[in-house]
Amino acid sequence: MSITQKDIAKLSKLAKININDKDKELVIKKLDGILELINAMQMVDTKSIEPMSHALDISQPLREDTQTEFSNKDRYLELGPDSNEDYFIVPRVIE
Amino acid sequence: MKNHLTLKQLQNGLQNKDYSSVELTNYYIDQINKYNNSVNAFITVDYEKSLAQAKLADEQLKLNKSSDLTGIPIAQKDIFCADGWRTTCGSKMLDNFISPYDSKVVELFNQSGAINLGKTNMDEFAMGSSNETSFYGNVKNPWNLDCVPGGSSGGSAAAVSSGMAPAATATDTGGSIRQPASLCGLTGLKPTYGLVSRYGMIAFASSLDQAGPIAKTSEDCAMMLNVMAGHDHRDSTSIKRDKLNYLDNLNDSIKGKTIGIPKEFFNSDLDEDVKKVLDRVIDEYKLLGVNFKEISLENSHLSIPVYYVIAPAEASSNLSRYDGVRYGYRASDYQDIENMYLKTREEGFGDEVKRRILVGTYVLSAGYYDAYYLKAQKIRRLIATDFKKSFSECDLILAPSSPSTAFKIGEKKEDPVSMYMQDMYTISTNLAGLPAISAPAGFINNMPIGFQLIGNYFSESTILNFVHEYQKQTGWHQEYPEVR
Repeated sequence: MSITQKDIAKLSKLAKININDKDKELVIKKLDGILELINAMQMVDTKSIEPMSHALDISQPLREDTQTEFSNKDRYLELGPDSNEDYFIVPRVIE
Repeated sequence: MKNHLTLKQLQNGLQNKDYSSVELTNYYIDQINKYNNSVNAFITVDYEKSLAQAKLADEQLKLNKSSDLTGIPIAQKDIFCADGWRTTCGSKMLDNFISPYDSKVVELFNQSGAINLGKTNMDEFAMGSSNETSFYGNVKNPWNLDCVPGGSSGGSAAAVSSGMAPAATATDTGGSIRQPASLCGLTGLKPTYGLVSRYGMIAFASSLDQAGPIAKTSEDCAMMLNVMAGHDHRDSTSIKRDKLNYLDNLNDSIKGKTIGIPKEFFNSDLDEDVKKVLDRVIDEYKLLGVNFKEISLENSHLSIPVYYVIAPAEASSNLSRYDGVRYGYRASDYQDIENMYLKTREEGFGDEVKRRILVGTYVLSAGYYDAYYLKAQKIRRLIATDFKKSFSECDLILAPSSPSTAFKIGEKKEDPVSMYMQDMYTISTNLAGLPAISAPAGFINNMPIGFQLIGNYFSESTILNFVHEYQKQTGWHQEYPEVR
């Protein structure tokens, strides 16, 4: 199976990464190589096998559902490319 | 002062007042000034901060309030957030990011009185096996400056190998501690998944990422792990266990123990020179009374395909946070918010990172989830089960650390699949969550290469014991390059 121009447009949109037209061929070629590598998995019959989602095969511990204090707000806001008082500024999203 | 002292020797030197922490820190600063231009192992140094820590350490040492690493400079991989330090993860995306908090690992080193010597270069977001994907230029192998140091912890390995740092922190998602340790002639330990907190360690593939040390000896790795290991409530995958002293069992006898030899790793695909080196490791362990037994890891050939589904899938999710809104890079020219995301991520990420995000997005996208991600998780269980069975037959498993010695800079850069093969002997342990070490095994054409020992869950003490016994009998770990 090979990645198409249509696939790459969809992936670019989903991953929110712009891909220039001039780079598309090369991106497709390299992605195809990787897909060929991972398709070796398809030879294995895994019908009766449970998926393993945790490296130690244990379930995720849960913490108490309590509020935690956060006191370092100003330093975090300063990191934003654009911020004002308690907000990060982004381009207008509602007309 | 002598070059290439171990942590143990430095601890003794500080306790005996042969030198102060300030003098020691200044010594390593001199080494960095001398060698970093040619090796490029550090992205950020802040001598003022390091020396301020050293002054405090000297006070602790005077008051005899010190712990093993008090006053010793340690290099930190630039994946660990450190309060007030620029923390880039090797990416343009975080070029301007000054961390507002400490990762758990950095916090623990600070508490131990160790000095943060600086932040080491790495493949961008830890995605790479050669350090060539770093936004800050490739690191060079101190043994041969035309060669790669391995990756992704190549800066950490090159810093220690060249004598710019006595030890360094590192992380291993598919081999990123063990492969550079092998290629730079060092000892590097990837602990059991969950032993070291991932809090503040910039995420790549969260079900695989694990922090560990790169150092000169097994004993030094034990000293580092004594600081790094421990439960942390801020990492929900961190395991609650009693804290061990990894120095306690270093000198235990290994006579009568068994090392398994996986036939799938010692087949005709194994490079002949690497095999010769490993045969010598086997002979040396036999002299120590260790038995060898052939075992089978029959699904190990599926590790790379499975990894290149699971790791990019998790990365595509983890790296969605880099959107140009709250921190890091934002494109300067955009029309609307959608366009800002698209351009920020196009310009802020390098090619390999973008490639892995796209692969991860593909395997998780509608219609493909079962065929890729779910399938990979199922085979991951088969791989883990092979190890489980094997550990009923042996104490540890011997494997190559890397398929070859360090390759030339640029040699594999344009062919991602051939680069991915670098991790063919290391990836299966990440998928299973097991601990493994790489330690120096000798040289091929004057370039170092390591051997790998893989252990059962939480068997770090046994692994360190086996390598310490080996290093008492051999001198490969005491060979250092002359950087020109």
